[in-house]
Amino acid sequence: MTPVGRGTTSQAPARPHTTDRDTLIADQTSITNQESDAAVDNSKLTSLLHGLPGVDQVGLEGRAATLATRSIKKDSKIWAIDTAISMVDLTTLEGMDTDGKVRSLCAKALHPDPTDPTCPAVAAVCVYGDLVATTRACVADRIHVAAVATAFPSGRASMEVKLMDTKQAVADGADEIDMVIDRGAFLAGNYAKVFEEIVAVKEACGDAHLKVILETGELKTYDNVRRASWLAMHAGADFIKTSTGKVSPAATLPVTLLMLEAVRDFADQTGTRIGVKAAGGIKTSKDAIRYLVMVNETVGEGWLNPDMFRFGASSLLNDLLMQRQRMRDGHYSGPDYVTID
Amino acid sequence: MPFDYAPAPESRSIVDIESNYGLFIGGSFTEPTSGEFFKTINPATEEVLSEVAEAGQADVDAAVAAARRAYDKTWSKMSGKDRAKYIFRIARLIQERSRELAVLETLDNGKPIRESRDVDLPLVAAHFFYHAGWADKLEFAGYGPDPKSLGVAAQVIPWNFPLLMLAWKVAPALACGNTVVLKPAETTPLTALAFADICQQAGLPPGVVNIITGAGETGRMLVEHPDVDKVAFTGSTEVGKAIQRAVAGTKKKLTLELGGKAANIVFDDAPIDQAIEGIVNGIYFNQGHVCCAGSRLLLQESIADEALASLKRRLTTLRLGDPLDKNTDIGAINSSMQLSKIEELTAAGEAEGAERWSPTCPIPDKGFWFPPTLFTNVTQAHRIAREEIFGPVLSVLTFRTPEEAVAKANNTPFGLSAGIWTEKGSRTLWMANQMRAGIVWANTFNRFDPASPFGGFKESGFGREGGVQGLGAYLNVEDPS
Repeated sequence: MTPVGRGTTSQAPARPHTTDRDTLIADQTSITNQESDAAVDNSKLTSLLHGLPGVDQVGLEGRAATLATRSIKKDSKIWAIDTAISMVDLTTLEGMDTDGKVRSLCAKALHPDPTDPTCPAVAAVCVYGDLVATTRACVADRIHVAAVATAFPSGRASMEVKLMDTKQAVADGADEIDMVIDRGAFLAGNYAKVFEEIVAVKEACGDAHLKVILETGELKTYDNVRRASWLAMHAGADFIKTSTGKVSPAATLPVTLLMLEAVRDFADQTGTRIGVKAAGGIKTSKDAIRYLVMVNETVGEGWLNPDMFRFGASSLLNDLLMQRQRMRDGHYSGPDYVTID
Repeated sequence: MPFDYAPAPESRSIVDIESNYGLFIGGSFTEPTSGEFFKTINPATEEVLSEVAEAGQADVDAAVAAARRAYDKTWSKMSGKDRAKYIFRIARLIQERSRELAVLETLDNGKPIRESRDVDLPLVAAHFFYHAGWADKLEFAGYGPDPKSLGVAAQVIPWNFPLLMLAWKVAPALACGNTVVLKPAETTPLTALAFADICQQAGLPPGVVNIITGAGETGRMLVEHPDVDKVAFTGSTEVGKAIQRAVAGTKKKLTLELGGKAANIVFDDAPIDQAIEGIVNGIYFNQGHVCCAGSRLLLQESIADEALASLKRRLTTLRLGDPLDKNTDIGAINSSMQLSKIEELTAAGEAEGAERWSPTCPIPDKGFWFPPTLFTNVTQAHRIAREEIFGPVLSVLTFRTPEEAVAKANNTPFGLSAGIWTEKGSRTLWMANQMRAGIVWANTFNRFDPASPFGGFKESGFGREGGVQGLGAYLNVEDPS
């Protein structure tokens, strides 16, 4: 298993697991309030985020639509489908989840296509915190275990609860934490609160990698998505993730394109490479391939691996498997030839 | 591992190209009186696609006579509602046959199938639909209670958007009650000839649309024909001037849509990622064979280095190659003649001291190709900043203040289009008012719509195409009696 996200691949300088806050505190021109260096200065953070270039909605959506017209065939499609499978965070986040359900999901995650041993495993299984132990027992250290934490999906809980939630999941064996930001604080302009929370959760994660869910469907504007992306990256996110999957719209091509542009620019500026996870609403192989094309043409092949790009999905995997079987056998099989989980 | 896209060519089997085409006069294809034909080739492969007739004086006379007859006997007497039925029918046929027409356009012109499929053909159909809607509502267009048509329109169109330029000319002419003789460019006649087939399929009365093929000489004979009431030309400024001289002192009404050297102005507060896309779309769309192309990039100096770096990074992702491949972004240059012109001007740019840059991209062995290119260190004095290159070549200049941007943008004999990129609405409006250009785009570029008038200032021509303003070019607005 390799660690994921944040400057962990050979192309990028590895960065110790300090947050930007540590560096910013030491820096005179930082966003940290010098008088009380415990708190982050909201006004400095505001000028940083509001100083980012604007996003033109029509242009962004137009670019995403153009990229979606790419036609991926034959060998490149075979490669894209396998790559997409290896990027899936196979997810179950339901109130009715049980140990049994999670065990069956883990089996699927390790061997997505039992008829074909060449089929890659998915990247991770993503569950609620209380099911982490079961998940880890099933998958051992063969794939990652991701837990949603911090009072997912609304994030409406006290800081203590959020941190406990995180620590418990890590203690039970999660090596990836998917946290939600406080959208209320973000929309109220209290960027410092969002920043501090990410920093604190990052600390609670220890060695586990942190995916920060922006919940773009609640941020509403593209300008907000860009700001939230930069806020999360500065605060120490290893990954930025579009959505919880509980709010509509979840991941869209334009939102993901915008977040890819943000990680590209952040890498240019700081040398640190942040991963991106598109979650929710991605159901077909065609959709998944469109995302890979967008990654390819926006940030390049450095992000075309499970350490740097993920799909948060449940039903997507079976469609990828059916397409994979079709590419292999030359004809469509059908839903009875892939397993339900 | 790099994500290489396997070839994804659009099938050309949908298109049937005849080995030769006659002239479409009076509703049917006829042999040219001279008996002469010329070849039209696929610029991406230099393969001969077909032979088309070279129309001489007798053929031009016959075409104008057919148009006159159709005007006098049928079209001018028909109600607007009935004309609309034909135009709507044409529009629907274009939609039904759009894949075939897109492939044909790409074969004959060299433009990527993505553009002919997603830009040209939807706009072609939209222009016919839009103008079909006007045909029975002309009394509400602001040209008097009962505006009259002009008569026979002679229309000469260029090779960069063959079928789209045909639509811009033919749709308003027919809607307003005129009949037409149209000459497509000699390097791209095939979609116009396919359009002739559509006219037959639509049951359009014979002679309402006549299509004659040939080179510049045929065009000259057509616009100089004494029985023509209206001349509409899209093409180079040089030929436009010759046409204006030729029609001077005649009754002919004239509209000209000529060259351009548009400024695409990017301020430091622009939505930068979209501005980069807009720059790319402004000059590399259709290989830069666009009269309104944003061929001069004016960057605010404070962001110039950063923006140039982003632009260069973006250019490395452009895919040049087989125009029929659905993933191709940059197709072939339309002709060897145009390629030489681009090569000459880019050589002049280097000789004058501008710095040339292109991404590394493999160039196919056969056909006419030019890589996407940009020049930095360009000043207003350089030829590449003043002359229309009509190729995928961008000249980058900088400015410091809005006033300087305006001065530089307007400092050209042309005045077709301009682009303004800023998040500040008040600046957009202020800038737009200063631009001596017929089309001003804000935070976008090369966007077209049949409801929006298109046309130039200064040496970019006069008259408007599209919108309610465009109808005036095909109605007798001076003498409403």
